Amino acid sequence: MEMNENPKDQFVISQENWSLHRKGHQDQKRHMDKVKDAIRNNLPDLVSEENIVMSNGREVIKIPIRSLDEYKIRYNYDKSKHVGQGDGDSEVGDVVARDGSQGKNAAGQGKKAGDQPGQDFYEAEVSMAEIEEALFKELELPNLAQKEQAEITTDKIEFNDVRKKGLIGNIDKKRTILTAIRRNAMKGKAEIAPFHNDDLRFKTWNDVTKPESKAVVLAMMDTSASMGTFEKYIARSFFFWMTKFLRSKYGSVDIEFIGHHTEAKVLTEEDFFSKGESGGTICSSAYLKALELIKQKYSPTRYNIYPFHFSDGENMSSDNPKCIQLVNELMAVSNMFGYGEVNAYSRYSTLMSTYKKIDHPKFRHYILKENRDVYFALKSFFKNEVEQL
Amino acid sequence: MPEMQKLHRAIDEITEIASGFGLDFYPMRYEICPADIIYTFGAYGMPTRFSHWSFGKQFHKMKLQYDLGLSQIYELVINSNPCYAFLLDTNSLIQNKLIIAHVLAHCDFFKNNVRFSNTRRDMVESMTATAERITKYELIHGKEEVEKFLDAVLAIQEHIDPSIIRPRLNENDVEDDEEEVFSSRKSPYDDLWGLDEQENNAQVPHQKRKKIPPSPEKDLLLFILENSRELEEWQRDILTMIREEMLYFWPQLETKIMNEGWASYWHQRIIREMDLTTDETIEFATLNAGVVQPSKTSINPYYLGLKIFEDIEKRYNDPTEEMIRFGAEPNRGREKMFEVREVESDISFIRNYLTKDLVQREDLYLFEKKGSNYTITTKEYETVRDQLVSMRVNGGFPYIVVENGDYLRNGELFLVHKYEETELDLHYLEHVLPYIYQLWGRIVHLQTYSDKKEVVFSYDGKKVYRRFV
Repeated sequence: MEMNENPKDQFVISQENWSLHRKGHQDQKRHMDKVKDAIRNNLPDLVSEENIVMSNGREVIKIPIRSLDEYKIRYNYDKSKHVGQGDGDSEVGDVVARDGSQGKNAAGQGKKAGDQPGQDFYEAEVSMAEIEEALFKELELPNLAQKEQAEITTDKIEFNDVRKKGLIGNIDKKRTILTAIRRNAMKGKAEIAPFHNDDLRFKTWNDVTKPESKAVVLAMMDTSASMGTFEKYIARSFFFWMTKFLRSKYGSVDIEFIGHHTEAKVLTEEDFFSKGESGGTICSSAYLKALELIKQKYSPTRYNIYPFHFSDGENMSSDNPKCIQLVNELMAVSNMFGYGEVNAYSRYSTLMSTYKKIDHPKFRHYILKENRDVYFALKSFFKNEVEQL
Repeated sequence: MPEMQKLHRAIDEITEIASGFGLDFYPMRYEICPADIIYTFGAYGMPTRFSHWSFGKQFHKMKLQYDLGLSQIYELVINSNPCYAFLLDTNSLIQNKLIIAHVLAHCDFFKNNVRFSNTRRDMVESMTATAERITKYELIHGKEEVEKFLDAVLAIQEHIDPSIIRPRLNENDVEDDEEEVFSSRKSPYDDLWGLDEQENNAQVPHQKRKKIPPSPEKDLLLFILENSRELEEWQRDILTMIREEMLYFWPQLETKIMNEGWASYWHQRIIREMDLTTDETIEFATLNAGVVQPSKTSINPYYLGLKIFEDIEKRYNDPTEEMIRFGAEPNRGREKMFEVREVESDISFIRNYLTKDLVQREDLYLFEKKGSNYTITTKEYETVRDQLVSMRVNGGFPYIVVENGDYLRNGELFLVHKYEETELDLHYLEHVLPYIYQLWGRIVHLQTYSDKKEVVFSYDGKKVYRRFV
């Protein structure tokens, strides 16, 4: 056999140019596309994901994205017996790993990672940016709002020009030196000195008129006892994403929290979402407060105003006519008015039955029954209804 | 190119030492390539394999580990003739020496172990052809459509029958069988067709339908291929090709511990014969320690395989009186090792050569989840050994058979998990059933055990049902 042959004939070494071999990268991209699809398909769940909302949008979140698993018929890792190896002094009863640490152990071992079915658990790391990208692709500022946005302008000065004459305090050192070097170089020596008056360059400004893009969210919520943890969480998720979305559209977005029961006050974010107060509910109090804030701080000529009200719909019936009147007043100065009702069991709601009658392009409402509805509410509030206008 | 010359000289030397030791390998083709490429091949299992996102995911994972410096050394060798081995272009000379010695032993194993005797040595070309055909189908039927089908096939690709000698009924046999039943013709071979069935036939001779399959069928892929009414020609073609590829990979699954142990044993022996500089000696020791490092929560096949082979060598060099009574002769350790590498697979390797002494010396134990901790439950020799064996049964995959391809006389597919104390991942199972349904086209059932109770999972195209029997 080959035993007799000279071993030198038994092998070939080659080094080729592999730069066109892109298969791994192409399939990796396909996988990434599937991750993106999965994010899009899971948006209703992701948007109300507690990890994200409560951590205030930390950069990367681990989310199990099921559709990316490669499903096999396999054993249940946690119900199987496994073989391991000690240092020589292991004893029955010793703990070799704890829940959750399994994956970490494996990753450190390089070669063996993934040998065991239990460790193949796949969690996609999704960055906030990816979720935002996917979500905001589906949201649009209502058409009305965009028009108004263009009308708000400010006059500013911008240093965006360079001239030969100017105030000595505004001298552009870099450009001055460059000019001097260039001129000296033409005479044979590329040096800074000497300076001529002609070398001096000054930064100078122009007046510019820019569309000002500022928005304010007036977050109103019923903080009466009837709003429980679930209702508040829904509202919180909604305001979280809404503010983020508006920030992607406007230069700056403020948010004011107005809590109300029978009377309304401006609250801190923490108080707004955590404190509950007893008593009845008079929604008009919040609307009055909102109008007051607009008058004091958020002039409609400078701000795009987004009053949004979350409630469980239980309002004192006698207050409803007043609500309608105030909502109309608010709409006159706002880009839109949103009413979200958290109503998991489809109770009869006095407020909603009143608001259903409002037919105004700036008025939008949505009933949220479960976590996933935060996403659908966002989509319903932030869509362009140009065809209906 | 002095680097290239050094490598060439090293390979010369290693090849000569390996041949001197009696290793018997195919002609070698060493390809030097960048990390991207080597991890691509690693992820796909073969440079020329077809495209699928799951390989891309695997590639990404491996590449990430490489970038993080978690797995700097990587050996990749293809069971083919000539045998391809891939070397990372950033490897140091000593890393290459280790890898070359290691892959030569792998190649010897591919060439000589009986499990590999039926594998196609032209698989590189065959997989190229497969990839081309799948690309062609993508052009005709659309990428999405082909991917959807591949997703389904890959989910069950391990469920084949890899027996070396396969007593299969081919289609002619089945027809003969059918004729037999209906005409009740007596022949000298009747008793081969199952006596129970014969009795039943006698009672209700004409109502009895032909049983499909005649006896439980392990090869789910083949069964679907031959009996599904759902598949189009191109789909059958893909199914056939993926089954071929799985058959090719299967011996590697069944000999993981042996094969890595064998290669690790030999890279150590071969390097020992070489003149290394002090720096190289230190680097080799570090690399080697990394490769054959035991783990608390799993079995490192490199390490366990190496220890068993070393133990075989020692015991057969210096046999006990009992062994001598059974015919062992002193100083036949090497010879015995070569015999073992030829005839065993992981299961018999562990059963025959993992001794009580070795289990204790290596401090092997069983652990399982108790509450939120993974706790050592026993160190008893036989229990540990038997668990290791059972983990290697069927390449480590649950054993599934087709019990009935015409269940309820409605063309439904009834599968049975041959349960042996280890339960399935039911969450995963519920996701695999729709894939099987996609391939079979009718209701699919799978019988297994959950919490020690018999349970049947069914998928009807809309929803998974579970029913305790």
